[in-house]
Amino acid sequence: MQTGPGDNEIIHKVLQGEQAQYALLVNRYQNFVFTIALRYTPNREDAEEIAQDVFVKAYRSLADFRGESKFSTWLYTIVTTTCITFLRKKKIPIHSLDNEQVFEIADNQNSAFRANQVEQKSKVQVLNDALRLLSVDDARIITLFYQAEQSLEEIGRIIGVDPNTAKVKLHRARQRLKEKMEKHFSEEVKDMVG
Amino acid sequence: MSNQQNMEERLWSYLDGVCSGEERLFIDQLIATNLEWKTKYQELLELQDLLSHRLELDEPSMRFTQNIMEAISKHQIAPAAKSYFNKRIIWGIAGFFICTIIGFLIAGLAQINWSAASADSSTGINLNKIDFSKFYNSTYTTVFMMVNVILGLVLLDMFLRRPKTEVRGKK
Repeated sequence: MQTGPGDNEIIHKVLQGEQAQYALLVNRYQNFVFTIALRYTPNREDAEEIAQDVFVKAYRSLADFRGESKFSTWLYTIVTTTCITFLRKKKIPIHSLDNEQVFEIADNQNSAFRANQVEQKSKVQVLNDALRLLSVDDARIITLFYQAEQSLEEIGRIIGVDPNTAKVKLHRARQRLKEKMEKHFSEEVKDMVG
Repeated sequence: MSNQQNMEERLWSYLDGVCSGEERLFIDQLIATNLEWKTKYQELLELQDLLSHRLELDEPSMRFTQNIMEAISKHQIAPAAKSYFNKRIIWGIAGFFICTIIGFLIAGLAQINWSAASADSSTGINLNKIDFSKFYNSTYTTVFMMVNVILGLVLLDMFLRRPKTEVRGKK
């Protein structure tokens, strides 16, 4: 839940020259931005660099925020474009939604991971691990919907599709997440249900 | 398989609260009476609950905010894009090109021998046989076009210069 002054109020103050107020926005959204960036790159340092870049870009373009959408929606649009630019610069391939290779890579990663796995997993761990096995597109849409609390219309605006397509993408992402949980963590899932 | 997918899709819409009232009532009924629907609903509800309440956000380093505040202290907020995209300039450029195209069309059409074309109408229009070079090869047409282009560029220049002059005047 958001406490303190509203985003638009803070933005107004920043635009009036109160630069320090921007720290409130950074504190409010840093975890969301960082988590979305981590969906694109598993490297925490890279994700932090992206997140910093996002906040600097957002600050510089703050006058362009017209308040037609939520500040968070506008900010997550910047996250998406910054992540793609960053990965292109670093020449890290951006896997598309239907790229089967992603799942092969993920499955291989998981086999290695399972070999070292000794401890019993908690529900949250299973979920987070399964999320890491998803493609960027799937993980991003789940993060935007559940963690960043964006509506289907807002997600559509962020990723550049219509709300109906966003709904279908979200549905498929959840389906694949469920499959991953069942395939790779079936024992843990059984324990949870039982 | 497709029935199963359809069931999941409808249940997700139900759980997300994006289905219609009628559909909601229908699914309520299915969950209450059909064991397969009930089992699937509970399975998806469990996942929905996990995703909604148990997913954790990752946190950046402790110095994150401080780093950003230091970084932005070197930057200034750029003026809003609409302040430097002057609509008058855009309309001026669009107008210039429209006028030029219309000018070329009028000049071209004015030189077509319409009576000859109508006399030979039984054969239909064969675009390959039209010699377009004939329409634009007179000195008069060339001069007309050149004057048009120069006038257009002068007009464009005036539009582009005006805001700068106004800003300087205000200072």
